[in-house]
Amino acid sequence: MIGKLAWRNTWFKPLSTILSIILLMSSVAIITVLILLQKQFEEQFSSNADDIDLVLGAQGSPLQLVLSSVYQLDAPTGNINYAEAKTWMQNPFVQSAIPLAYGDNYLGFKILGTTPEYLAKFGGRVEKGKMFAHTFEVVIGSEIASKLQLKVGDTFFGSHGNAKEGEKHEEAAYKVVGIASKTGKVVDNLILSDIQSVWAMHETHDHEDEAHPHGEIGHEHTEGDEQREEALLSEEGKEITAVLIKFRNKMGIVLWPRMIAQNTKMQAASPAIEINRLFTLFGIGLDALQYLAYGIMLISGISIFIALFNTLKERKYEFALLRIQGASRLQLLQTIVIESLVLCSIGFLFGTILGRVALMFISRSSDEAFKIAFDPLEFVWEKEGILFLVTIFVGLLAAFIPAVKAYRLNISKTLSNA
Amino acid sequence: MIQTKNITFSYNSSTVFMFPDIQCPEGETCLITGGSGKGKTTLLHILGGLLRPESGEVIINSTNIELFSERKLDHFRGKNIGLVLQENHFIEAFTVLENVMLASWLASGKKAKEKAKLLLEHLDLKDQWYKLPSQLSVGQQQRVSIARALINEPKVVLADEPTSSLDDENAFKVADLLEKLSQEYKTALVIVTHDSRLKERFTNQISLS
Repeated sequence: MIGKLAWRNTWFKPLSTILSIILLMSSVAIITVLILLQKQFEEQFSSNADDIDLVLGAQGSPLQLVLSSVYQLDAPTGNINYAEAKTWMQNPFVQSAIPLAYGDNYLGFKILGTTPEYLAKFGGRVEKGKMFAHTFEVVIGSEIASKLQLKVGDTFFGSHGNAKEGEKHEEAAYKVVGIASKTGKVVDNLILSDIQSVWAMHETHDHEDEAHPHGEIGHEHTEGDEQREEALLSEEGKEITAVLIKFRNKMGIVLWPRMIAQNTKMQAASPAIEINRLFTLFGIGLDALQYLAYGIMLISGISIFIALFNTLKERKYEFALLRIQGASRLQLLQTIVIESLVLCSIGFLFGTILGRVALMFISRSSDEAFKIAFDPLEFVWEKEGILFLVTIFVGLLAAFIPAVKAYRLNISKTLSNA
Repeated sequence: MIQTKNITFSYNSSTVFMFPDIQCPEGETCLITGGSGKGKTTLLHILGGLLRPESGEVIINSTNIELFSERKLDHFRGKNIGLVLQENHFIEAFTVLENVMLASWLASGKKAKEKAKLLLEHLDLKDQWYKLPSQLSVGQQQRVSIARALINEPKVVLADEPTSSLDDENAFKVADLLEKLSQEYKTALVIVTHDSRLKERFTNQISLS
């Protein structure tokens, strides 16, 4: 009955109640979005870079290199000579080295020339059909398959570059031979082919590249490399965009960046270090938003306090009445605290929902722009639990003074002044 | 049955009240009269355990309520004392029926819905069960207060100026009702008033001076 009384009182003066709830809801929603965004962002970033110790690519911003080659987020820094890269890829320190070559896109989805290892690196496998084996055969990511309704056996023309609107390569069509399993990583949004396909597609564009004096950059070739080059003559003078490297000997992570910078025109960047740097930058913004949200929560706490305090004046007869009828002081205290907690719980509930709806919209637009999607239904129990406790604490704090006043109410005085 | 012995009370050194002893057996009505400033309401609050006297005893059904702790007194008051106040206060967010049920629940932990309905019906408020108190007329509100005071079948009903805001017809109706109900429920009824209409109506009077 006390609970019912608190509940009825909450809704008897709906305006101030709604104001308090809206304020609480907004702050909880902002914080929820931040919590989910931060967690899923970091998760996506680190899981994509799980097995990549270094990225080898053209000189430029190391962050850009990592973003473009690991996360498919930025434009590539430029191209590197495949033959030169190979000397490093075959170093005994290296456990695996996956070359990447960018060229085209299909409706905004990047077509990535690489080796079958690439898919395996992200924990994916070919679910339907088979792995690409010949020029212009592609395996498409699961997201693309469902978004573009592509099936094994379909063909399409790619457009040049990163932009959807790029020049179309109508001379040759790609053929879907396989669809990859869902990995939750960037692969889901990529179209994979072999590197030959990228080269073949750009044969006409890349005349200048072929005329590039090969010997100048390639003078560091090892013997083994030369043999391979003889076997696959078409590789000569060809360029790729980057190489994802995993070391057998982790010393490479420390040693290589300097070695490569000193000896070649390439650079080696560590995804772990670059992403850490990025998060540090992000972190400042996220923190600022979080402070803002807690500020709003403080204001909503004050609003609840004022609402409770104001009604206290009108309700002191009610409280006196309750006491006359045998209610204990503790029950009055309870009523006020429950009222505040009801407000806070409702605010938290709606805030959690609103935050997730907001994240859904954020996810939709980030998916479109960066092919990064967030899961609004995930619960980060620990952080959201803390948020819930903070919300409840704000409620208790706001109820404290009004509750004490109700507790100390002098019934006789209240009734005589009536 | 309620009785008092040598009760004194003071708000400050210049206003000291020394109240005459009162004795009101169950089923009977006792009127306490006196002009304003004579301590009528103070006495009523002392009788109801809302104020503690400086000295003296209030004995309800052979229990000295001055010996109770605050919490016990709250509980005892809820169970054994029904109050009808000068102005009618209600839990505004509750319906008429819920207001009466709340009184029962606070005293005994039981909601007594059927009993509350019967009591309200008895007081001619059958159609008002689900209305908010603010939607009722003053006379109706007064009757709801009476129903609320009686729901726990208390040993004592204390009424503070129950008729002051009513017209003649309603004043006599309420007086009749209170008397009838106190006999029916075997409660001692103490009315504090300066209303001359009631002074003519009840014979057992104690005047404060």
